[in-house]
Amino acid sequence: MNDTFASKIPALLAKYETDLLEEWIKAQLDATTLRKDLLSSADLRRSSDEFLSLLRRAATTGNLLNLNAPEWLPVKDFLAGVSRSRASQGFTPSETATFIFSFKQPLFTRLQEECGSDSRALAEELWIATTLLDRLGLFTAETFLSSREDIIKQQQLEMLELSTPVVTLWNGILALPLIGTLDSSRTQVVMENLLQTIVETGSEYAIIDITGVPTVDTLVAQHLLKTVSAARLMGAQCIISGIRPQIAQTMVHLGVAFGDVITKASLADALSYAFKQMGITVLRKQN
Amino acid sequence: MEKIPIIKMGDFLLVSIQVDMHDRLAMALQDDLTIRVAKERSKGVLIDISSLDVVDSFIGRMLDNIAAMTRALGTETVVVGMQPAVAITIVELGLSLENIYTALNVDKGMALLEARMKASVDENDE
Repeated sequence: MNDTFASKIPALLAKYETDLLEEWIKAQLDATTLRKDLLSSADLRRSSDEFLSLLRRAATTGNLLNLNAPEWLPVKDFLAGVSRSRASQGFTPSETATFIFSFKQPLFTRLQEECGSDSRALAEELWIATTLLDRLGLFTAETFLSSREDIIKQQQLEMLELSTPVVTLWNGILALPLIGTLDSSRTQVVMENLLQTIVETGSEYAIIDITGVPTVDTLVAQHLLKTVSAARLMGAQCIISGIRPQIAQTMVHLGVAFGDVITKASLADALSYAFKQMGITVLRKQN
Repeated sequence: MEKIPIIKMGDFLLVSIQVDMHDRLAMALQDDLTIRVAKERSKGVLIDISSLDVVDSFIGRMLDNIAAMTRALGTETVVVGMQPAVAITIVELGLSLENIYTALNVDKGMALLEARMKASVDENDE
């Protein structure tokens, strides 16, 4: 399309700003994708109003197709802010993109009125308007997705930190209660945490409790065995506890074996085994 | 040529590795240690590797070999103070090090050797 064509859109935006705003808000309120539970109509009006005035200002430069130009920077910043806040509020991508796409109808109606019977000019104007709004819409969707990814990444990181505490049960006995699925990256963190704490506390026994691990397949068993072998090389003994009956059954069916690692049904059994090895006896006080 | 000192402590020999182990040094240690074990008729060997940050497959196998050799001479070897990173590396390399006893520090390693000596004396008495 030729870029030299003098579009009426900038003038139109300036002339009918309030009318366009009302029609656009109406279109947004009528849209089936509107989330009344997440967005009040006052917020909707405020963001629509702000976007429209930024769009008008950017459009006055006459550049309607190159969004990388500096004059479009405020519009893009604003849209990025809207996408980010909507991503964290829990909007879907289409609900977010509708914010831009619902502006098409009011704008097209105005353009039609303005161009009257000049169909060639109308086609030209519509092409420019639709390209502009599509680009803005795509930009919104892209920012939306990237902010969603950021949120997911941060949550994963938080989970990783939360999910691997090493607990000192007794002088010389550590416990590591594992919760959730064990994958390679988590096992790495678990392993490093445990070994580091073994060095710091000089503990000779470490109990790995897998009560909270939903399934034990060959891969999980291999990860656990690696941790146990590493601890053994450092001079600490590992006990695996919390193997539930179903897990014991599936392990045997799958042919998963923990080899010569000591396994116990519960953390209590493991602790009493460690006590016995260390020569500690627990007695009820007689009185 | 530089050498790793071997210290005699009562019935035991103590080797503290404080420099980066290169292959030639490792081979020299293997020679020296077996000769000393036979000469001193030691009851146990402690190898302290707590200041060793890097262990490759060669050094790992050499430690295992030393343990096997001293066992052939009637002496147990305990490797003490292995760093977490080193332990992870050895496991990831797939080395089993099955001849080696390990302990967290020299104290615990010595206690382990004493316990084993006592156990073998008891066995002989029976």
